[in-house]
Amino acid sequence: MTHKEFMAFIWPSLLAMALFIAVPIISVAYQSMFVEHEQIMIETETCGPFGCTPEVAVDQDAMRKVREDSPAGRFNGLDTYTNSSHLATDEITEIVATSENFGEIRDRIMNLPFYKALIFTLSYTFIVTPLVIVFGFIIAVVVNSIPSFLKGPVIFFSLLPMIVTPLVGSLVLFWMIDSRGVVGAFLQYLFADPSLSLKASPTLTWVTLFVYGVWHSAPFAFVVFYAGLQTVPSDTLESSMVDGANRWEQIRFVVMPYLLPLATFVALMQLMDNFRIFEPIIGFSASASATSLSYLIYTDLREAETPLFGSAAATSMLTIIGVIILLLPVLFRNAREFNRKA
Amino acid sequence: MKFKLTTALVACGLAMSTTAALADCGIEGGSVRILSNDFEALHVIADAAKTCANDSVEVTSNATTEHKNIQVPALTTNPASYTVPIVATNSIVPLLNEDLIRPLDAYVEKWGQQLLPQQLIKVDGKVMAIAFMANAQHLFYRKDILEEHGIAVPGTYAELIEASKMLKDKGVMEYPLAANFKPGWNLAAEFVNAYLGTGGDFFKAGSAELDIDNANGMKTLETLKAMTNYMSPDYVTYDTNGVKPIWEANELAFVTSWGSRASAYIGDDSPAPEIAKATALAAMPALMDGGVPSAALWWDGFTIAKNISDEDAEASFRAMMKGISPQVIAENQELAVWLVDGYAPTPAADGVVANLQGKARPYPMVPYMGLLHTALGDNVIEYLQGSESAEQALDDITAAYNTAAKEAGFLN
Repeated sequence: MTHKEFMAFIWPSLLAMALFIAVPIISVAYQSMFVEHEQIMIETETCGPFGCTPEVAVDQDAMRKVREDSPAGRFNGLDTYTNSSHLATDEITEIVATSENFGEIRDRIMNLPFYKALIFTLSYTFIVTPLVIVFGFIIAVVVNSIPSFLKGPVIFFSLLPMIVTPLVGSLVLFWMIDSRGVVGAFLQYLFADPSLSLKASPTLTWVTLFVYGVWHSAPFAFVVFYAGLQTVPSDTLESSMVDGANRWEQIRFVVMPYLLPLATFVALMQLMDNFRIFEPIIGFSASASATSLSYLIYTDLREAETPLFGSAAATSMLTIIGVIILLLPVLFRNAREFNRKA
Repeated sequence: MKFKLTTALVACGLAMSTTAALADCGIEGGSVRILSNDFEALHVIADAAKTCANDSVEVTSNATTEHKNIQVPALTTNPASYTVPIVATNSIVPLLNEDLIRPLDAYVEKWGQQLLPQQLIKVDGKVMAIAFMANAQHLFYRKDILEEHGIAVPGTYAELIEASKMLKDKGVMEYPLAANFKPGWNLAAEFVNAYLGTGGDFFKAGSAELDIDNANGMKTLETLKAMTNYMSPDYVTYDTNGVKPIWEANELAFVTSWGSRASAYIGDDSPAPEIAKATALAAMPALMDGGVPSAALWWDGFTIAKNISDEDAEASFRAMMKGISPQVIAENQELAVWLVDGYAPTPAADGVVANLQGKARPYPMVPYMGLLHTALGDNVIEYLQGSESAEQALDDITAAYNTAAKEAGFLN
């Protein structure tokens, strides 16, 4: 294919990618370097049904001119990235300087909102992703070996967790783990501990979210591996049987190496998805014990009456950088293999 | 459902009778587009305003819980997508900050004879909103349980905690108390309530500088923490809707919750009629002995958008006068604590009225209060759960607020 032909085929995709991916990211990056204008305040009196109080209000006439002059806001450079709600560089310097030992440094850094969210996000990503791959593979192998008339219904039920919308799925489970719900009550009975509450303890909340994550994503890995299993070359399998390999050895030495590229694909997708964990935190009302980077963006935009666009944009950019760092090893590995084959 | 139906019928019947009398509210023409939160009292008002519609007057309404998030973008366009944003103490602030609503003095003078002085929300001497209902959190208690154990209705937090302890020690209930302690907006509202009870202010006078890192802030945090000792550990997930079923399951003796939910707690259509009958309402407890009820008072009211034609603005104001007319309110007394002329409080209003009589303080209407509310919502829970000290919690709140206030341009 000539370069000209190649361009003719690729330009619609390139255009769409530029419009819908590159431009929004650039605009978010631009936004993250601006903050609101300094508000010009006037002292006023506010009166209402409950009496009058002296208050301050924004001076509209003065602000109108400032806003017209520079509608994007006040240039702040990278200061939003380094403030105490994000990377908190000044705070960390101070913590390192004034703490007595490593444990204190760790505890104080983990109390900063960004790092608190980051540690949960990373824990979730690195615990859920491998478990999803393992469980997805096991389900795929099991389903592949059941009689064919059962396969349809079993596949359908295995896929259900993925079909359910994350928010709805987590809400359903949230009610089930309530101490009056079927799972919560059973656990209390099982451990003979009437005060056991999956919602209250930070540790158990984390575990609940991890379990939910595996439950929700395992079907995705299952589908991919199941499709892969259909293409495992039967002659290789048969020759391994002739060589006397048992079932485990067939899986270990024939199926697994064959499916490895698929595992890389699943790992890539899951790392990206899990790093952006958000809905379960809302669904499980888990924000007391677990916050994620996406949750920080949500609170910046939704909790306050006045959204903090600059802060949300900075967290978004940090999330993108985080995803890139996470994916780099996997991408490098893929590129190396590609070069070797070529 | 049946209850809703009859309310709607009453509203319709009333609307028809007054429509005939007032001949289409007398509006010559224009478009009225209402944006509001989604609850029964606001539906009644919007439905009444809609009776002003005729061939030349268009009246539409969008009642959505997302109203707070769409109001600023919707009013920034010219012409604005909505002419009447219905707001509360906190949600009017972004509209004021962004200069999106118009002063109403001329309209009040011309068309607002029915309004009481207390309904006018004045900022810097100009009427910016018309309030029509009040709301606040207050105490719900089980009078049967209190009578049985000889407990007086708690007037202070200390008494509330004492009474809860007694019920727990006697084995009557494991966790007799509940409140909306879910981190985020709800928990922050509880902090605001209790802090107002100390008599302190959130900010240094006339500035955006935070002033809660003091004895008042400590006292507030300690009180909230003392309450959690008598609440189920699940309190970290409790919001307004989460608490009500537990109350109805006969597992609670005290709840602090919103006045706008009172009619659902004590109504005849409650799923647990016995418990509804035994439910009584009182003012929010005071934080200090002899102090005011520690509840923030809120109002709900309407504003008129700036970026619309004068004809639409006039039509909107007059349609809303119809919506909150004393006749409409008289037929819907039980739905809210109305601020409108001729309102006679119903039993469901007992709690809010007790707060008002106890001189509880209003929720601060300053431009940066929302930023503090968010900072409180994120940083109180770790102290309550015992993973950090009260001093650390106050430091964290201050740090989060200062960062946000700097970004929003209120602090240097």
